[in-house]
Amino acid sequence: MSVLIIDYGMCNLGSVKRAFEECGATAFISDNPRDAEIASHLVLPGVGAFGDAMRNITAAGWHSALRKYTLEYKVPLLGICLGMQLLAEKGFEGGEHTGLSLIEGEVMKIYNLESSNKFRVPHIGWNEIDKKKDHPLLAKLEPSTDFYFVHSYFFNARKSENILTTTHYGLDFPSIVSNGNIMGVQFHPEKSSRAGFQIIKNFLSIN
Amino acid sequence: MLKARVIPTILWKDFGIVKGVGFNSWRRVGSLLPAIKVYNTRQVDELIIVDITATEQNREPDYEVIDEIADECFVPLTVGGGVKTIDHIKKLLRAGADKVAINSACYETPELVSKGANLFGTQCIVASIDILRKSDGSYECYKDSGKIATGKDPVKWAKEMEQRGAGELLITSIKNDGAMVGYDIEIIRRVSDEVGVPVIASGGASNYADMYEALNSGHASAVAAASIFHFTEQTPLEAKRFLEGKGILVRRF
Repeated sequence: MSVLIIDYGMCNLGSVKRAFEECGATAFISDNPRDAEIASHLVLPGVGAFGDAMRNITAAGWHSALRKYTLEYKVPLLGICLGMQLLAEKGFEGGEHTGLSLIEGEVMKIYNLESSNKFRVPHIGWNEIDKKKDHPLLAKLEPSTDFYFVHSYFFNARKSENILTTTHYGLDFPSIVSNGNIMGVQFHPEKSSRAGFQIIKNFLSIN
Repeated sequence: MLKARVIPTILWKDFGIVKGVGFNSWRRVGSLLPAIKVYNTRQVDELIIVDITATEQNREPDYEVIDEIADECFVPLTVGGGVKTIDHIKKLLRAGADKVAINSACYETPELVSKGANLFGTQCIVASIDILRKSDGSYECYKDSGKIATGKDPVKWAKEMEQRGAGELLITSIKNDGAMVGYDIEIIRRVSDEVGVPVIASGGASNYADMYEALNSGHASAVAAASIFHFTEQTPLEAKRFLEGKGILVRRF
């Protein structure tokens, strides 16, 4: 098993790599799309802004490589945080930007449907997932497990069939999405301790 | 629902951990890495590590040590102390910090916060604000480990930090810090009520009830504490059990 962590200049990849290694995987960081040829699993991490990320990804040749390896060769892909949001068709962070269009939906700012509570953005901290569908990515997880979130935007996935879990913060937003071999988590599994490791192990078990 | 966080703060001087009283006396309490490992196995919500003497000694953060710590830390890690430039922030993030706390440099170059937030995202910029309650009951921000008055009003300064892009505020009461007399609830509430980003209450926790007060009356999103975890039998896990008993939502464990 050989996990490629995609480096497009947007975040600290060391903790992602360490977490995958802790879960028994051989992981390597690469900015070269050609390396996808030798990867059993692809991980798209990321923090920062949607537009910058898409610019970097496209400039490095990852845009077409990701579509090829996920759609034609069916290599499992896990998007983490911004990496999950990039799977969408469009993002509205600082203008309108085109995403990877691997899962239908748009990325928009978190908003509050309840007027009662003071609503703080970014959404920072541990929050639980509410399971909507069974999926191998959710194996061996207790109901309502908490994960660590840090984000101001959310992936408004269009089709309910793509939403594995939701999380409540002002509204119920999709916290885990999937479309076949393409998966995304809004939280940080590499920073979610044991629960995060379980997600990573589950992802590694998907071939 | 979002959970209230209980965050151990680790003060690090050279390669040991120190614990302060009133911001001026430091005493070694062990070495850094074993502490991180222990907190990791205890499933803490998050960790804050501050190199308290870096600014004073005009040193950059020690990236190698942070790198080593980050390798063992599978919960969010905030690193502070000696952060003065965009390059420092970048190196800390690269070394494995998830968030960078900036304190004294915010007063000297406030645009560091705006630039940092633009480049790396608001979520990784924590504005750390040290506040002194004066004898007349008024409050003022201090820099350089609480040594130098800045003339800044804490609430106004907190709002400026938020506007500049800080994703979180770490509010420390200088007098209460290390004294284990409870958090300064008044200033924490004043700041929390005026900003829209999460506030971490810091300085003064002596027991779990103090933490409850900071969350319930102070309206903080998280509580940070050093002394009570290092020098008493109290633990983050027990703190969360106590808070849960009081109706505060905490992370399941």
